[in-house]
Amino acid sequence: MSKPKAIPSDAENVQLSLPGFESAEAQWHQEYSQQIPIDRRILNRSGIQVDPIYTPEQWSSERHMVDLGFPGQPPYTRGIYPTMYRGRTWSQRQLIGLGTPDNYNERVRKILDLGATAISLLPCNSGFRGVDCDKAPLSLLGTCGTVINTIDHMDRALDGVPLDKISTAMNDPTPFTLLAFVLGVAKRRGIPFDKITGTSNQSDYISHFVANHMFYRLSQPGSRRLLVDHIAYCLKHVPYWNPLSVVGQHMQQAGATPAETMGFTLSTAIQYAEDCIARGLDPDSFLPRFTFFFDISISFFEEIAKFRAGRRIWARIAKDQLGAKDPRSWRFKFHGQTSGVDLTAQQPLNNIARVAIQASAGIFSGLQSMHTDAYDEAITCPTDGPARIAVATQNILREEAHLCDVIDPLGGSYYVETLTNQMEQEILKVMNKINTSGGMYEAVGTGLIQKMIGQSALSAQEKIENGEEKVIGVNCYQDDDNGVEQPEPYRPDRSKMEAHVKAFKDFKSKRSQATVDKAIAGLRKAANDENINAFERVVDAATVGVTHGEIISTLREELGFGSPLIAA
Amino acid sequence: MIGQQIRVLVTKIGFDGHDRGSRVVAAYLRDASMEVIYTPPWQKIEEVVALALQEDVDVIGISSLASDHLIVPDLMDALEDAGLEHIGVVVGGIVPDKEHTSLKNAGVARIFGPGASREDIVNGVTELGTRVRTAKLSEGDFI
Repeated sequence: MSKPKAIPSDAENVQLSLPGFESAEAQWHQEYSQQIPIDRRILNRSGIQVDPIYTPEQWSSERHMVDLGFPGQPPYTRGIYPTMYRGRTWSQRQLIGLGTPDNYNERVRKILDLGATAISLLPCNSGFRGVDCDKAPLSLLGTCGTVINTIDHMDRALDGVPLDKISTAMNDPTPFTLLAFVLGVAKRRGIPFDKITGTSNQSDYISHFVANHMFYRLSQPGSRRLLVDHIAYCLKHVPYWNPLSVVGQHMQQAGATPAETMGFTLSTAIQYAEDCIARGLDPDSFLPRFTFFFDISISFFEEIAKFRAGRRIWARIAKDQLGAKDPRSWRFKFHGQTSGVDLTAQQPLNNIARVAIQASAGIFSGLQSMHTDAYDEAITCPTDGPARIAVATQNILREEAHLCDVIDPLGGSYYVETLTNQMEQEILKVMNKINTSGGMYEAVGTGLIQKMIGQSALSAQEKIENGEEKVIGVNCYQDDDNGVEQPEPYRPDRSKMEAHVKAFKDFKSKRSQATVDKAIAGLRKAANDENINAFERVVDAATVGVTHGEIISTLREELGFGSPLIAA
Repeated sequence: MIGQQIRVLVTKIGFDGHDRGSRVVAAYLRDASMEVIYTPPWQKIEEVVALALQEDVDVIGISSLASDHLIVPDLMDALEDAGLEHIGVVVGGIVPDKEHTSLKNAGVARIFGPGASREDIVNGVTELGTRVRTAKLSEGDFI
């Protein structure tokens, strides 16, 4: 067995004064080697070797103030707030999206009645592609998200939802039509924009360009400009809205390792911050509104180390590289979603155990908001019963397992601290590689990132194929009895969807064409004039009844459709 | 020998963009010496038919994660209309058990669910592709 090595930067700092340590260690080493003469080599998903034991030789508490500090203090390794979950636990933000706006409203009201304070909205995949419902196959509409194409649809979806009190997360890529519809509804209801809170999820177009291409709608340069317009508009008019969520989740789901994912995501965030600075925005105005969105895989300790390291790196970047002076700008706020890739269609009830472990890793990582997957997600869009268990899992971990009683409870563990340092080195290596190739924009343009993701996906699958990585029910412990009936997949009521499409067509034909034409002309003009904020024109157009598909096709005509670069 | 190599079109129809599965499967089929034609997601059904014809494929593999398998019967109809009903069609990804029958009835040859092994997929496609190819050869296409 090789003796675990400390990472170089630590080596000279460790001055052990533990009487008897060396002889005790030597004795342990001898006994261990007698029983396991040839030790197996274990690598985590990021390729870091994992040793059988960690001691103060790898990490000692003398490094406490350098590596950790206290919660709410830079470099925030132990958490971004002084009180963490003692003060307020994470937001339980389950993704919802299905059927017609009425179907969505029914589901949301149920959740609000149960005491939720935050909701989310996932639109239909046809909307993600920028297509209105009258141009999509009926059989696909509403199967994976809600069909929302107009301000009226949004009004119905949010009927009875107090927009000034409930935080709403929109899965809303460029050009952010869903937020535009929400603002239009707020205007109708007389709610001032500074009462609107929530997040524009999926606003990170780079992650759509390289992975999970489904949210990719406009050319890369067009998206780039629209995002800065959107951030600038929100800072001025919707000050409590988070206009940006930088998404590592897509990359990890597509195959990137946890370390690669964190490196890609932080490099992307730097790119966006630099774009905002180039626009003349002050880092301390927009950085407090930057949020992040990640996958939490079942690689338990690795995930915890990934997040602790990421938090530390971001604090240093925000301060030293981006020049932010306000500590609120240094805080790495993130939402975590338990990883669907780790779930299996075989013996699906086992997924409940997997999600509980992933969620525990998320909690130990100090996340701000979480979605737990339903056990049927490897089979269908989540159905009711499994979705309830997913929420209950979070409650059980908090209330019964008491995971929230102590802040950063794994802090100071020789293993976790060593791994956090090692993950930090791995993440920085990835970021250096991107820097060397000219930054994130260049790296995605040449396909470097896509290639890395593809290679990691293939090598992860290889390990499952050859049995090196075990997946219960898939390559070991198989059983023909899955232990549960497959749930009925969710499919919207066909006649109601038909009526929804018909009503949409009627709405379009009854609008004032002059008003629509004027709004579209205004949008077109803004697209060609960088002195006009194009997102402001999106809001104007959405408010007067221009549809989602019309807004996107107009912008595509002016700014280019673009297509993600796919390496296969 | 002419006509030996199985030709497979790996693609995605509908609105979903998740392509981890289709990329991995494409690599597996290439490693198994098949000729793989790979497209980005969101292909229109008529585009798939045109490409299948142009590339003279034996098998079309449709990858589906988010219910796009629901329009595979439309693809089957379009293939038939184009006189391409000899092409074998397989679907891989998330297809609920209860929807297998409608795909099979529409003429889909195989459905590979999550967790299908490399061996299953390669063998399944090889068998199907060989059958299609042999039938084609016996019709004299390559003589």
